Amino acid sequence: MTLAKRIIPCLDCENGRVVKGVKFLDIRDAGDPVEVAKRYCDAGADEITFLDITASHEGRETTVHTVEAIASQVFIPLTVGGGIRTLEDIRAMLNAGADKVAINTAAVVNPDFVREAAQRFGSQCIVVAVDAKQVSREGEALKWEIFTHGGRNQTGIDAIEWVKRMVEYGAGEILLTSMDRDGTKIGFDLALNRAVSRAVLVPVIASGGVGNLQHLVDGVLEGEADAVLAASIFHFQEYSIQEAKQFMAAQGIEVRS
Amino acid sequence: MNKIAVIDYGMGNLHSVAKAIEHVGRESGEKLEVIVTADAKKIAAADRVIFPGVGAIRDCMAEILRLDVDQIVEDAMKAKPVLAICVGMQALMRHSEENGGVDCLGFLDGDVRYFGDALTGANGERLKVPHMGWNQVKQIKPHPLWKDVPDNSRFYFVHSYYVQTEKREMVTGISNYGTDIVATVAADNIFATQFHPEKSQTAGLTLLSNFLRWDGSA
Repeated sequence: MTLAKRIIPCLDCENGRVVKGVKFLDIRDAGDPVEVAKRYCDAGADEITFLDITASHEGRETTVHTVEAIASQVFIPLTVGGGIRTLEDIRAMLNAGADKVAINTAAVVNPDFVREAAQRFGSQCIVVAVDAKQVSREGEALKWEIFTHGGRNQTGIDAIEWVKRMVEYGAGEILLTSMDRDGTKIGFDLALNRAVSRAVLVPVIASGGVGNLQHLVDGVLEGEADAVLAASIFHFQEYSIQEAKQFMAAQGIEVRS
Repeated sequence: MNKIAVIDYGMGNLHSVAKAIEHVGRESGEKLEVIVTADAKKIAAADRVIFPGVGAIRDCMAEILRLDVDQIVEDAMKAKPVLAICVGMQALMRHSEENGGVDCLGFLDGDVRYFGDALTGANGERLKVPHMGWNQVKQIKPHPLWKDVPDNSRFYFVHSYYVQTEKREMVTGISNYGTDIVATVAADNIFATQFHPEKSQTAGLTLLSNFLRWDGSA
Protein backbone atom coordinates (compact mmCIF):
# COMPACT_ATOMS: atom_id res chain seq x y z
CA MET A 1 0.00 0.00 0.00
CA THR A 2 1.72 3.12 -1.24
CA LEU A 3 0.45 6.56 -2.06
CA ALA A 4 0.35 7.10 -5.83
CA LYS A 5 2.00 10.05 -7.57
CA ARG A 6 -0.74 12.08 -9.18
CA ILE A 7 -1.20 13.14 -12.79
CA ILE A 8 -3.23 16.33 -13.08
CA PRO A 9 -4.44 17.66 -16.43
CA CYS A 10 -4.96 21.40 -16.37
CA LEU A 11 -7.75 23.23 -18.19
CA ASP A 12 -7.16 26.91 -18.91
CA CYS A 13 -10.55 28.51 -19.39
CA GLU A 14 -11.80 31.87 -20.51
CA ASN A 15 -15.47 32.83 -20.38
CA GLY A 16 -16.42 29.23 -19.76
CA ARG A 17 -14.44 27.78 -22.67
CA VAL A 18 -11.21 25.81 -22.67
CA VAL A 19 -8.50 27.85 -24.34
CA LYS A 20 -5.00 26.81 -25.41
CA GLY A 21 -6.88 24.30 -27.53
CA VAL A 22 -7.95 20.76 -26.92
CA LYS A 23 -8.13 18.09 -29.55
CA PHE A 24 -10.14 15.01 -28.79
CA LEU A 25 -11.39 12.93 -31.65
CA ASP A 26 -14.45 11.61 -29.93
CA ILE A 27 -15.66 14.74 -28.23
CA ARG A 28 -18.52 16.87 -29.50
CA ASP A 29 -17.16 20.20 -28.43
CA ALA A 30 -13.47 20.38 -27.62
CA GLY A 31 -13.91 23.78 -25.98
CA ASP A 32 -16.48 22.66 -23.43
CA PRO A 33 -14.66 22.32 -20.08
CA VAL A 34 -17.29 19.96 -18.71
CA GLU A 35 -16.80 17.50 -21.55
CA VAL A 36 -13.05 17.82 -21.37
CA ALA A 37 -12.97 17.33 -17.59
CA LYS A 38 -15.25 14.32 -17.80
CA ARG A 39 -13.13 12.86 -20.55
CA TYR A 40 -9.97 13.19 -18.46
CA CYS A 41 -11.68 11.77 -15.40
CA ASP A 42 -12.86 8.71 -17.36
CA ALA A 43 -9.34 8.33 -18.75
CA GLY A 44 -7.91 8.01 -15.24
CA ALA A 45 -6.76 11.52 -14.32
CA ASP A 46 -6.13 11.72 -10.57
CA GLU A 47 -7.37 15.28 -10.20
CA ILE A 48 -8.47 18.13 -12.43
CA THR A 49 -7.17 21.67 -12.20
CA PHE A 50 -9.32 24.38 -13.72
CA LEU A 51 -7.55 27.70 -14.22
CA ASP A 52 -9.82 30.61 -15.00
CA ILE A 53 -8.15 33.35 -17.00
CA THR A 54 -11.36 35.35 -17.48
CA ALA A 55 -10.99 39.01 -16.70
CA SER A 56 -14.55 40.35 -16.62
CA HIS A 57 -16.97 40.15 -13.73
CA GLU A 58 -19.72 38.60 -15.89
CA GLY A 59 -17.25 35.98 -16.97
CA ARG A 60 -16.69 35.02 -13.34
CA GLU A 61 -20.36 34.14 -13.00
CA THR A 62 -19.94 31.81 -15.96
CA THR A 63 -17.00 30.20 -14.20
CA VAL A 64 -19.09 29.39 -11.14
CA HIS A 65 -21.65 27.65 -13.35
CA THR A 66 -18.94 25.77 -15.19
CA VAL A 67 -17.42 24.56 -11.92
CA GLU A 68 -20.89 23.49 -10.80
CA ALA A 69 -21.41 21.52 -13.99
CA ILE A 70 -18.00 19.84 -13.76
CA ALA A 71 -18.48 18.98 -10.09
CA SER A 72 -21.79 17.26 -10.73
CA GLN A 73 -20.18 14.90 -13.23
CA VAL A 74 -16.59 14.50 -12.13
CA PHE A 75 -15.94 12.59 -8.91
CA ILE A 76 -12.25 13.19 -8.45
CA PRO A 77 -10.75 16.25 -6.73
CA LEU A 78 -11.21 19.52 -8.55
CA THR A 79 -8.98 22.54 -7.97
CA VAL A 80 -10.09 25.94 -9.22
CA GLY A 81 -7.66 28.82 -9.64
CA GLY A 82 -7.50 32.21 -11.27
CA GLY A 83 -8.85 35.40 -9.78
CA ILE A 84 -9.36 34.04 -6.26
CA ARG A 85 -9.01 37.22 -4.20
CA THR A 86 -11.50 37.14 -1.33
CA LEU A 87 -12.96 34.70 1.17
CA GLU A 88 -16.23 35.16 -0.74
CA ASP A 89 -14.53 33.99 -3.96
CA ILE A 90 -13.36 30.88 -2.15
CA ARG A 91 -16.77 30.21 -0.66
CA ALA A 92 -18.42 30.60 -4.08
CA MET A 93 -16.05 28.08 -5.66
CA LEU A 94 -16.36 25.56 -2.81
CA ASN A 95 -20.13 25.90 -2.89
CA ALA A 96 -20.04 25.32 -6.63
CA GLY A 97 -18.28 22.02 -5.93
CA ALA A 98 -14.56 22.78 -6.08
CA ASP A 99 -12.51 20.82 -3.55
CA LYS A 100 -9.56 23.18 -3.50
CA VAL A 101 -8.80 26.68 -4.65
CA ALA A 102 -5.45 27.90 -5.94
CA ILE A 103 -4.42 31.35 -4.72
CA ASN A 104 -1.68 33.17 -6.58
CA THR A 105 -1.50 36.97 -6.94
CA ALA A 106 -3.80 37.63 -3.96
CA ALA A 107 -1.32 35.83 -1.70
CA VAL A 108 1.50 38.09 -2.84
CA VAL A 109 -0.62 41.22 -2.44
CA ASN A 110 -1.77 40.17 1.01
CA PRO A 111 -0.08 37.09 2.51
CA ASP A 112 -2.49 37.12 5.46
CA PHE A 113 -5.25 36.23 3.01
CA VAL A 114 -3.79 32.70 2.91
CA ARG A 115 -3.84 32.50 6.70
CA GLU A 116 -7.45 33.69 6.85
CA ALA A 117 -8.48 31.32 4.07
CA ALA A 118 -6.82 28.31 5.72
CA GLN A 119 -8.38 29.17 9.08
CA ARG A 120 -11.82 29.59 7.59
CA PHE A 121 -11.92 26.69 5.13
CA GLY A 122 -9.11 24.38 6.24
CA SER A 123 -5.63 23.89 4.82
CA GLN A 124 -6.80 20.89 2.80
CA CYS A 125 -8.52 23.18 0.32
CA ILE A 126 -5.93 25.96 0.10
CA VAL A 127 -3.39 25.54 -2.67
CA VAL A 128 -0.88 28.33 -3.11
CA ALA A 129 0.11 28.70 -6.75
CA VAL A 130 3.62 30.02 -7.20
CA ASP A 131 5.06 31.35 -10.45
CA ALA A 132 8.83 31.31 -10.10
CA LYS A 133 11.63 32.41 -12.37
CA GLN A 134 15.36 31.91 -12.03
CA VAL A 135 17.13 35.16 -11.16
CA SER A 136 20.64 33.88 -10.50
CA ARG A 137 23.16 34.21 -13.29
CA GLU A 138 25.35 31.45 -14.58
CA GLY A 139 27.99 30.50 -12.06
CA GLU A 140 25.99 31.92 -9.13
CA ALA A 141 24.13 29.79 -6.59
CA LEU A 142 20.66 29.00 -7.95
CA LYS A 143 18.01 31.48 -6.89
CA TRP A 144 14.42 31.95 -7.95
CA GLU A 145 11.96 34.76 -7.40
CA ILE A 146 8.19 34.98 -7.38
CA PHE A 147 6.49 36.68 -10.31
CA THR A 148 2.85 37.70 -10.64
CA HIS A 149 0.55 38.62 -13.53
CA GLY A 150 1.62 35.70 -15.65
CA GLY A 151 5.32 36.33 -15.17
CA ARG A 152 5.34 40.04 -15.98
CA ASN A 153 5.73 41.47 -12.48
CA GLN A 154 8.84 40.69 -10.53
CA THR A 155 8.21 40.83 -6.80
CA GLY A 156 11.71 40.53 -5.35
CA ILE A 157 10.48 37.69 -3.13
CA ASP A 158 12.70 34.63 -2.90
CA ALA A 159 10.77 31.55 -4.01
CA ILE A 160 12.05 29.21 -1.31
CA GLU A 161 11.39 31.70 1.50
CA TRP A 162 7.96 32.33 0.02
CA VAL A 163 6.77 28.72 -0.06
CA LYS A 164 7.99 28.17 3.51
CA ARG A 165 6.01 31.20 4.61
CA MET A 166 2.90 30.13 2.72
CA VAL A 167 2.96 26.68 4.32
CA GLU A 168 3.46 28.26 7.73
CA TYR A 169 0.37 30.37 6.99
CA GLY A 170 -1.65 27.25 6.22
CA ALA A 171 -1.24 26.34 2.55
CA GLY A 172 -2.01 22.63 2.20
CA GLU A 173 -0.30 22.20 -1.14
CA ILE A 174 1.99 24.14 -3.49
CA LEU A 175 1.35 24.38 -7.23
CA LEU A 176 4.75 25.38 -8.56
CA THR A 177 5.09 26.72 -12.10
CA SER A 178 8.43 27.56 -13.63
CA MET A 179 7.94 30.69 -15.73
CA ASP A 180 11.18 29.86 -17.52
CA ARG A 181 9.80 26.53 -18.67
CA ASP A 182 6.08 27.21 -19.11
CA GLY A 183 5.15 26.54 -22.72
CA THR A 184 8.66 25.45 -23.74
CA LYS A 185 8.10 21.67 -23.73
CA ILE A 186 11.69 21.11 -22.58
CA GLY A 187 10.76 19.70 -19.18
CA PHE A 188 10.21 20.97 -15.63
CA ASP A 189 12.78 23.10 -13.84
CA LEU A 190 13.91 20.15 -11.76
CA ALA A 191 16.31 22.08 -9.53
CA LEU A 192 13.56 24.54 -8.64
CA ASN A 193 11.05 21.82 -7.96
CA ARG A 194 13.46 19.82 -5.83
CA ALA A 195 14.44 22.88 -3.80
CA VAL A 196 10.79 23.75 -3.13
CA SER A 197 9.76 20.16 -2.41
CA ARG A 198 12.57 19.80 0.15
CA ALA A 199 11.75 23.14 1.76
CA VAL A 200 8.19 22.25 2.76
CA LEU A 201 6.32 19.40 4.39
CA VAL A 202 3.24 19.66 2.13
CA PRO A 203 2.86 18.11 -1.35
CA VAL A 204 4.26 20.00 -4.34
CA ILE A 205 2.74 19.87 -7.83
CA ALA A 206 5.29 20.42 -10.60
CA SER A 207 4.10 22.53 -13.50
CA GLY A 208 5.50 24.18 -16.60
CA GLY A 209 7.46 22.70 -19.46
CA VAL A 210 6.18 19.18 -20.01
CA GLY A 211 6.78 18.03 -23.57
CA ASN A 212 7.01 14.27 -23.24
CA LEU A 213 6.43 11.44 -20.79
CA GLN A 214 10.04 11.29 -19.62
CA HIS A 215 9.55 14.83 -18.33
CA LEU A 216 6.79 13.56 -16.02
CA VAL A 217 9.08 10.82 -14.72
CA ASP A 218 11.92 13.31 -14.20
CA GLY A 219 9.55 15.61 -12.32
CA VAL A 220 8.86 12.87 -9.79
CA LEU A 221 12.23 11.14 -9.56
CA GLU A 222 14.54 14.14 -9.87
CA GLY A 223 12.23 17.06 -9.12
CA GLU A 224 10.78 15.16 -6.13
CA ALA A 225 7.28 16.27 -7.10
CA ASP A 226 4.28 14.66 -5.44
CA ALA A 227 2.12 15.36 -8.47
CA VAL A 228 2.72 16.47 -12.04
CA LEU A 229 0.53 18.89 -13.94
CA ALA A 230 0.37 19.18 -17.71
CA ALA A 231 -1.92 20.72 -20.27
CA SER A 232 -0.91 20.57 -23.89
CA ILE A 233 0.54 17.05 -24.10
CA PHE A 234 -2.84 15.72 -23.02
CA HIS A 235 -5.03 18.26 -24.82
CA PHE A 236 -3.59 17.46 -28.21
CA GLN A 237 -3.63 13.73 -27.58
CA GLU A 238 0.09 13.50 -27.98
CA TYR A 239 -0.17 11.15 -25.04
CA SER A 240 -3.10 9.74 -23.11
CA ILE A 241 -3.28 9.73 -19.33
CA GLN A 242 -3.01 5.94 -19.38
CA GLU A 243 0.13 6.04 -21.52
CA ALA A 244 1.62 8.50 -19.06
CA LYS A 245 0.78 6.23 -16.14
CA GLN A 246 2.16 3.12 -17.84
CA PHE A 247 5.34 4.97 -18.72
CA MET A 248 5.76 6.17 -15.14
CA ALA A 249 4.94 2.76 -13.67
CA ALA A 250 7.54 1.12 -15.93
CA GLN A 251 10.15 3.35 -14.30
CA GLY A 252 9.12 2.31 -10.83
CA ILE A 253 6.77 5.16 -9.98
CA GLU A 254 3.64 4.23 -8.04
CA VAL A 255 0.55 5.35 -9.97
CA ARG A 256 -3.18 4.68 -9.78
CA SER A 257 -4.03 2.29 -12.62
CA MET B 1 -38.25 7.39 -1.59
CA ASN B 2 -34.79 7.02 -0.09
CA LYS B 3 -34.11 10.15 1.97
CA ILE B 4 -30.48 10.99 2.65
CA ALA B 5 -29.55 13.75 5.08
CA VAL B 6 -26.07 15.25 4.90
CA ILE B 7 -25.41 16.93 8.23
CA ASP B 8 -24.40 20.54 7.64
CA TYR B 9 -22.64 22.14 10.57
CA GLY B 10 -20.99 24.83 8.52
CA MET B 11 -17.64 23.14 8.07
CA GLY B 12 -16.40 22.98 4.53
CA ASN B 13 -17.54 21.48 1.34
CA LEU B 14 -20.65 19.35 1.65
CA HIS B 15 -21.68 19.87 -1.93
CA SER B 16 -19.29 17.26 -3.26
CA VAL B 17 -20.85 14.52 -1.19
CA ALA B 18 -24.41 15.62 -1.97
CA LYS B 19 -23.60 15.73 -5.68
CA ALA B 20 -21.98 12.32 -5.61
CA ILE B 21 -25.02 10.80 -3.88
CA GLU B 22 -27.35 12.42 -6.41
CA HIS B 23 -25.20 11.07 -9.23
CA VAL B 24 -25.30 7.54 -7.82
CA GLY B 25 -29.09 7.83 -7.54
CA ARG B 26 -29.41 8.98 -11.16
CA GLU B 27 -27.17 6.16 -12.39
CA SER B 28 -29.20 3.50 -10.58
CA GLY B 29 -32.55 5.07 -11.46
CA GLU B 30 -33.47 5.08 -7.78
CA LYS B 31 -35.59 7.95 -6.50
CA LEU B 32 -33.58 9.84 -3.92
CA GLU B 33 -33.93 12.96 -1.90
CA VAL B 34 -30.69 14.46 -0.67
CA ILE B 35 -30.93 17.22 1.91
CA VAL B 36 -28.04 19.20 3.35
CA THR B 37 -29.19 20.36 6.77
CA ALA B 38 -28.53 20.75 10.49
CA ASP B 39 -32.24 20.54 11.32
CA ALA B 40 -32.68 17.74 13.87
CA LYS B 41 -36.26 17.02 12.75
CA LYS B 42 -35.33 16.66 9.10
CA ILE B 43 -32.39 14.44 9.97
CA ALA B 44 -34.63 12.32 12.20
CA ALA B 45 -37.00 11.88 9.24
CA ALA B 46 -34.23 10.74 6.87
CA ASP B 47 -33.59 7.09 6.03
CA ARG B 48 -29.84 7.49 6.04
CA VAL B 49 -27.44 10.05 7.42
CA ILE B 50 -24.05 11.25 6.23
CA PHE B 51 -21.73 12.90 8.74
CA PRO B 52 -19.00 14.66 6.77
CA GLY B 53 -16.25 16.95 7.94
CA VAL B 54 -13.26 18.84 6.65
CA GLY B 55 -10.91 21.33 8.20
CA ALA B 56 -9.57 21.53 11.71
CA ILE B 57 -11.08 19.33 14.44
CA ARG B 58 -11.31 22.10 17.04
CA ASP B 59 -13.53 24.22 14.79
CA CYS B 60 -15.55 21.16 13.75
CA MET B 61 -16.13 20.07 17.36
CA ALA B 62 -17.08 23.61 18.40
CA GLU B 63 -19.76 23.77 15.70
CA ILE B 64 -20.92 20.21 16.39
CA LEU B 65 -21.51 21.08 20.04
CA ARG B 66 -22.95 24.52 19.33
CA LEU B 67 -25.55 23.12 16.90
CA ASP B 68 -26.29 20.00 19.01
CA VAL B 69 -25.05 17.88 16.16
CA ASP B 70 -23.62 15.48 18.78
CA GLN B 71 -27.15 14.61 19.88
CA ILE B 72 -28.32 14.36 16.27
CA VAL B 73 -25.53 11.94 15.37
CA GLU B 74 -26.06 9.89 18.52
CA ASP B 75 -29.78 9.56 17.77
CA ALA B 76 -29.12 8.71 14.13
CA MET B 77 -26.59 6.04 15.09
CA LYS B 78 -29.23 4.27 17.17
CA ALA B 79 -31.82 4.25 14.44
CA LYS B 80 -30.46 4.19 10.89
CA PRO B 81 -27.41 3.69 8.67
CA VAL B 82 -24.83 6.44 9.16
CA LEU B 83 -21.77 7.12 7.01
CA ALA B 84 -19.08 9.33 8.54
CA ILE B 85 -16.40 10.78 6.29
CA CYS B 86 -12.88 12.09 7.07
CA VAL B 87 -13.05 14.54 9.99
CA GLY B 88 -16.59 13.19 10.54
CA MET B 89 -14.98 9.84 11.33
CA GLN B 90 -12.34 11.44 13.54
CA ALA B 91 -15.01 13.37 15.46
CA LEU B 92 -16.60 10.05 16.52
CA MET B 93 -13.45 9.04 18.39
CA ARG B 94 -12.50 9.91 21.98
CA HIS B 95 -9.74 12.44 21.46
CA SER B 96 -7.62 14.08 18.77
CA GLU B 97 -4.04 15.37 19.01
CA GLU B 98 -4.89 18.16 16.57
CA ASN B 99 -4.97 21.81 17.74
CA GLY B 100 -3.08 20.96 20.91
CA GLY B 101 -5.58 18.27 21.91
CA VAL B 102 -9.36 18.24 21.44
CA ASP B 103 -11.96 16.02 23.09
CA CYS B 104 -14.17 14.42 20.48
CA LEU B 105 -17.56 12.72 20.73
CA GLY B 106 -16.31 9.41 22.16
CA PHE B 107 -18.95 7.34 20.34
CA LEU B 108 -16.23 4.98 19.11
CA ASP B 109 -13.15 3.67 20.94
CA GLY B 110 -10.26 5.29 19.17
CA ASP B 111 -7.92 8.27 19.24
CA VAL B 112 -6.68 10.56 16.50
CA ARG B 113 -2.91 10.94 16.10
CA TYR B 114 -0.62 13.20 14.07
CA PHE B 115 1.50 11.65 11.33
CA GLY B 116 4.51 13.62 12.57
CA ASP B 117 6.93 15.90 10.76
CA ALA B 118 9.53 13.20 10.15
CA LEU B 119 7.43 10.53 8.48
CA THR B 120 9.33 8.09 6.25
CA GLY B 121 8.28 5.38 3.81
CA ALA B 122 9.37 1.76 3.43
CA ASN B 123 12.61 2.75 1.65
CA GLY B 124 13.45 5.54 4.05
CA GLU B 125 12.07 8.22 1.75
CA ARG B 126 10.58 11.32 3.33
CA LEU B 127 6.76 11.41 3.22
CA LYS B 128 4.80 14.61 2.89
CA VAL B 129 2.06 15.61 5.31
CA PRO B 130 -0.86 15.85 4.68
CA HIS B 131 -1.28 12.36 3.28
CA MET B 132 -2.85 13.60 0.07
CA GLY B 133 -3.87 11.54 -2.92
CA TRP B 134 -4.83 8.02 -3.93
CA ASN B 135 -3.82 5.20 -1.63
CA GLN B 136 -4.82 1.55 -1.50
CA VAL B 137 -7.27 0.22 1.05
CA LYS B 138 -7.04 -3.37 2.16
CA GLN B 139 -10.38 -4.79 3.19
CA ILE B 140 -9.55 -6.69 6.35
CA LYS B 141 -13.13 -7.50 7.29
CA PRO B 142 -16.16 -8.20 5.08
CA HIS B 143 -18.89 -5.61 5.11
CA PRO B 144 -21.93 -4.83 2.90
CA LEU B 145 -20.31 -1.52 1.91
CA TRP B 146 -17.42 -3.40 0.28
CA LYS B 147 -19.75 -5.13 -2.19
CA ASP B 148 -18.29 -4.90 -5.72
CA VAL B 149 -15.35 -2.83 -4.47
CA PRO B 150 -12.15 -4.72 -5.43
CA ASP B 151 -9.76 -5.33 -2.54
CA ASN B 152 -6.81 -2.89 -2.51
CA SER B 153 -8.75 -0.31 -4.54
CA ARG B 154 -7.33 3.19 -4.37
CA PHE B 155 -9.31 5.92 -2.61
CA TYR B 156 -8.63 9.64 -2.29
CA PHE B 157 -7.23 10.70 1.08
CA VAL B 158 -6.40 14.12 2.44
CA HIS B 159 -5.52 14.26 6.14
CA SER B 160 -2.67 14.94 8.56
CA TYR B 161 -4.17 13.00 11.48
CA TYR B 162 -5.29 9.38 11.56
CA VAL B 163 -7.33 7.10 13.77
CA GLN B 164 -5.76 4.53 16.07
CA THR B 165 -7.90 2.05 17.93
CA GLU B 166 -7.33 -0.83 20.30
CA LYS B 167 -10.67 -2.25 19.16
CA ARG B 168 -9.39 -4.16 16.14
CA GLU B 169 -12.75 -5.84 15.54
CA MET B 170 -14.23 -2.55 14.37
CA VAL B 171 -11.58 -1.96 11.68
CA THR B 172 -12.85 -2.99 8.23
CA GLY B 173 -10.15 -1.42 6.05
CA ILE B 174 -6.54 -0.31 6.47
CA SER B 175 -4.08 1.68 4.45
CA ASN B 176 -0.43 2.53 4.98
CA TYR B 177 1.42 5.82 4.96
CA GLY B 178 4.63 5.47 6.89
CA THR B 179 2.54 3.54 9.38
CA ASP B 180 -0.59 1.41 9.18
CA ILE B 181 -3.62 3.64 9.31
CA VAL B 182 -7.28 2.89 9.89
CA ALA B 183 -9.02 3.60 6.59
CA THR B 184 -12.52 2.46 7.57
CA VAL B 185 -14.33 1.33 10.68
CA ALA B 186 -17.75 -0.20 11.18
CA ALA B 187 -19.77 -0.58 14.36
CA ASP B 188 -23.42 -1.61 14.26
CA ASN B 189 -25.13 0.71 11.80
CA ILE B 190 -22.28 3.14 11.41
CA PHE B 191 -19.58 2.97 8.74
CA ALA B 192 -16.80 5.54 8.70
CA THR B 193 -14.10 6.32 6.16
CA GLN B 194 -10.92 8.36 6.49
CA PHE B 195 -10.85 8.78 2.70
CA HIS B 196 -13.36 10.69 0.60
CA PRO B 197 -15.63 8.25 -1.26
CA GLU B 198 -17.28 11.19 -3.03
CA LYS B 199 -13.91 12.01 -4.63
CA SER B 200 -12.75 8.46 -5.28
CA GLN B 201 -14.34 7.90 -8.67
CA THR B 202 -15.60 4.36 -9.36
CA ALA B 203 -14.53 2.73 -6.08
CA GLY B 204 -15.96 5.60 -4.05
CA LEU B 205 -19.22 5.79 -5.97
CA THR B 206 -19.68 2.04 -5.57
CA LEU B 207 -19.24 2.39 -1.82
CA LEU B 208 -21.79 5.24 -1.74
CA SER B 209 -24.18 3.18 -3.84
CA ASN B 210 -23.83 0.31 -1.34
CA PHE B 211 -24.55 2.73 1.49
CA LEU B 212 -27.81 3.78 -0.19
CA ARG B 213 -28.94 0.14 -0.04
CA TRP B 214 -27.45 -0.79 3.32
CA ASP B 215 -29.94 -1.63 6.05
CA GLY B 216 -27.41 -1.06 8.83
CA SER B 217 -26.68 -4.68 9.63
CA ALA B 218 -23.22 -6.16 9.29
